[in-house]
Amino acid sequence: MAKKVTLPLDLATLRSLRAGDEVLLSGSVITGRDAAHKRLLALVEEGKPLPVELDSQVIYYVGPAPARPGAAAGPAGPTSSYRMDPYTPALMKHGLMGMIGKGRIGPLTLEAMKAHPAVYFGAVGGSAVLISKSIRKVELVAYPELGPEAIYRFDIEDFPAVVAVDAQGRSLFEEGPKLYRQTGV
Amino acid sequence: MREIDVSEVSKAVSELFLEANYRIGPDVMDRLYAAREAEPSPLGRKVLGQIIENNEIGAAESLCVCQDTGISVVFLTVGQEVHFTGGSLEEAVNAGVRKAYTEGYLRKSIVAEPLFDRKNTGDNTPCVQHARIVPGDKVHLMAIAKGFGSENMSRLAMLTPAEGVEGVKRFVLLTVELAGPNPCPPLVVGVGVGGSFELAALMAKRATSLPLTRSHKDPRYAKLEKELEEGINRLGIGPAGYGGLTTALKVHIVSAPTHIAGLPVAVNICCHVARHAERTL
Repeated sequence: MAKKVTLPLDLATLRSLRAGDEVLLSGSVITGRDAAHKRLLALVEEGKPLPVELDSQVIYYVGPAPARPGAAAGPAGPTSSYRMDPYTPALMKHGLMGMIGKGRIGPLTLEAMKAHPAVYFGAVGGSAVLISKSIRKVELVAYPELGPEAIYRFDIEDFPAVVAVDAQGRSLFEEGPKLYRQTGV
Repeated sequence: MREIDVSEVSKAVSELFLEANYRIGPDVMDRLYAAREAEPSPLGRKVLGQIIENNEIGAAESLCVCQDTGISVVFLTVGQEVHFTGGSLEEAVNAGVRKAYTEGYLRKSIVAEPLFDRKNTGDNTPCVQHARIVPGDKVHLMAIAKGFGSENMSRLAMLTPAEGVEGVKRFVLLTVELAGPNPCPPLVVGVGVGGSFELAALMAKRATSLPLTRSHKDPRYAKLEKELEEGINRLGIGPAGYGGLTTALKVHIVSAPTHIAGLPVAVNICCHVARHAERTL
């Protein structure tokens, strides 16, 4: 049975989540991927204001496909999270409390997640249509010139995900495969 | 000599990319249905169910099943009796890609220059084209929409002849192990063995577009394909990398003659969203 989780997160909810929990996320997330992260980090390093509030926010690593007329959102599944590793710890210092993506995240991001704290939700890569049905509204926040790489705000309802890495540092990507591994390389 | 107007090629390329992006082939769907039955991990079964439902909605509503509608790769096999008229063939292929991606609600994911500006071209062109001239008067088009989550996890090694079958096995398994959850398992793993540095990679790409019901015609390679598939599935990575016994839907090997000094092996990883469509003109 999936837990209902409201976004943005509060600390108590964040700490209650455990790796492997199935969750349905509702509320608001911001989006961003490679190009937007590069710009955000440059602003952080120059000490300039960011075009988006990060405090308590969850960021969804996604570059959506265009929406057909009448649809709230186009297909919008997760992209690989490890590519944002060079940027994520700095964004956590600005209050970022979670990420939604797919695949592994790196050791520096894992350390930063324990310190701040933050949670990493996994969504199923390649299930972009199914996920888009849980997106109620899409609003452009910054960098329209980046096209699919712009920063958007999504209002979501019952977005299907799992807790991939919890704030205690436990990872489904470590623990899950161990249960089924029958061989080494 | 048979004349083909390049506008025919444009039209076919455009239709093939729409078909590939909206509809996952029945061979892949059959493997996904079977995997959902066989997968012991409850979470793995849920992931597979989500993928299946996603692909069914995509096909029913003509929506791209994955938002990463890929880098567009076109293999052209051209009969030497064909004369193309009406303009540049290369531009006609790009025009087909442009039409599919701008009119079909597909994402535009190509940057014009890779290192400095990385500015999006806005229409998913230019595509990657590989042409081969063969006898006859037909033109065969294979359109592949290749997602980059899995492309990024692909690798190539120049092994020595002494490393042999065991070396190839080790390299393929290590590549999948290193990739872990990142390339969206369950995977279609394309392996190119032999040839030269670039031919190995090209064969691996071609391998990802073969029907999942196909096996290598040499029974020794067919056996190796099966052993690699079983070896990968024993790694435990599972659907979405959450753990389970479904990590590879199929391993395809394409092989070619090579040099006495070498054993090139390339592994092109493809996610479960194995998108390709083909047509003969």
